[in-house]
Amino acid sequence: MTNWITKTLITATLLAAPLAAAPVLADDTQTVRLGIDVPYEPFVMRSADGQLEGFEIDLGNELCKRAKLDCTWVEQPWDGIIPGLLARKYDAILSSMAITPERERQVLFSLPYYNTPSVWITARDRDIDIADKASLKGLSVGVQRGTIRDVYVTQEYGDVLDIQRYGSSQDVVNDLKAGRLDLTFEDFPIAVDAIDFRGDNSPYKQVGPSIKTPTSIFGKGAAMAFRKRDKALAAKFDQAICAVYADGTFDKLMHQYFDYDLSVRPSQQDCAQ
Amino acid sequence: MDQLNAWFTQLLAGNAIFTANTLGFYWNGLVTTVQLVFLCLLLGIVLAVPLAIGRGSKRWWIKWPIYAYTYVFRGTPLLIQLYLVYYGVVFFNGIQDTIFWEVFKDAFYPALIAFTLNTAAYTTEIFRGAIKNTAKGEIEAARAYGMSKGLMMRRIILPSAFRRALPAYGNEVIFMLHASAVASVVTIMDLTGAAYYVYARFYAPFPAFIFVALIYLCLTFSIMFVFRRLEKRLLAHLRPRGA
Repeated sequence: MTNWITKTLITATLLAAPLAAAPVLADDTQTVRLGIDVPYEPFVMRSADGQLEGFEIDLGNELCKRAKLDCTWVEQPWDGIIPGLLARKYDAILSSMAITPERERQVLFSLPYYNTPSVWITARDRDIDIADKASLKGLSVGVQRGTIRDVYVTQEYGDVLDIQRYGSSQDVVNDLKAGRLDLTFEDFPIAVDAIDFRGDNSPYKQVGPSIKTPTSIFGKGAAMAFRKRDKALAAKFDQAICAVYADGTFDKLMHQYFDYDLSVRPSQQDCAQ
Repeated sequence: MDQLNAWFTQLLAGNAIFTANTLGFYWNGLVTTVQLVFLCLLLGIVLAVPLAIGRGSKRWWIKWPIYAYTYVFRGTPLLIQLYLVYYGVVFFNGIQDTIFWEVFKDAFYPALIAFTLNTAAYTTEIFRGAIKNTAKGEIEAARAYGMSKGLMMRRIILPSAFRRALPAYGNEVIFMLHASAVASVVTIMDLTGAAYYVYARFYAPFPAFIFVALIYLCLTFSIMFVFRRLEKRLLAHLRPRGA
């Protein structure tokens, strides 16, 4: 009887040992899973052979190298990306997520690594004055559901514009091109990539100025997001962001993908910590 | 009313998600869902009655096209049908310049068309089965009275078939209510759309979806209640005596 108990105990201990050690081991090798919403061109897209590529993939891999971390990418559609982080499907989000007060209640943000404005796009032959709210009455605008642009349009134009909310920015662009929408309010890089409104021959154009404020909605830029308790991990990435800015790697990467500037240089104070 | 308001304000105090604003979204979603489902069921039944009669016809050129229609619409997911109607019509060149665009530009009518065609297909088959199962004796009796085929259909077969189809049709109504949740993928702010909005806005899947599930449950219960009452009245003659 005693023998049997001893045996069981030894077996249990042996079985449990690797289980107990596993989290420690994982911490040592520091495998970090990064959540990302694909595609969001040119930040992230799939190459012909199915690999992830794009500015954020390159930047993310570079940051992981600087922080001496072993990173893998996990795909996650946008509207579930924060719940996915909190549910531990991945350890950080690196997916053009703007810092906003609402999100800050849920997650811990790194330093911002880029910042782009949002723009109003309409058909070239349309005459629309964004500043004159009364003239917008009854026009339809398409936005991606749950984004900061959705929040902005809802808050500022909810009473005049007819807001259509889509699951993805592709669907928004589709319906603009189909003629279902009078306007879209898009992130600048997405608009450049999907609509090409800057070309003289493009049937679309930007109306009104590019929008970056109020900061309470648009935030200080896009940053990585972590679970609140993972302060050490966030600090590692903060240092890495400072490093890629300091030695010009960020600018090199940026020029590979963009012909405009979307950098937000971290202050010395932020980097000194 | 003031008291109710005060009670409500107190209940919602200190909660970031269920504000007057988001409850407004849910309310509008409820109205849209009920509108959409009610209209598509109404149109569906109007379509389904003649189709069900035609489906039982002996003439192949009436019978087979209707069979093909119900087969296709019962054989493919409603979501795909909705995508085809909403995004598909755009691929007809120049449709933007025709009068049809007024209908297809908005998301509501494409959804209504897809839903109607879908529910009509199911309802057709439900009615056809009921018509086919009419007791032979009833038909023989009607014939013995010298009724013409049309009269027999109107006075004997259809009233009896509709009654017997009630339980199955009640089910279809509930299915349609639940299936209508796909409307949110084409920007319609129905109940599910409202839940998605609240979810995406506050990153709170549980409160947003549990709340909307409760609303769907309430709707389902009221539909069930109505059909229970109808069945009790209209199928009274089929129950054993004293039951």
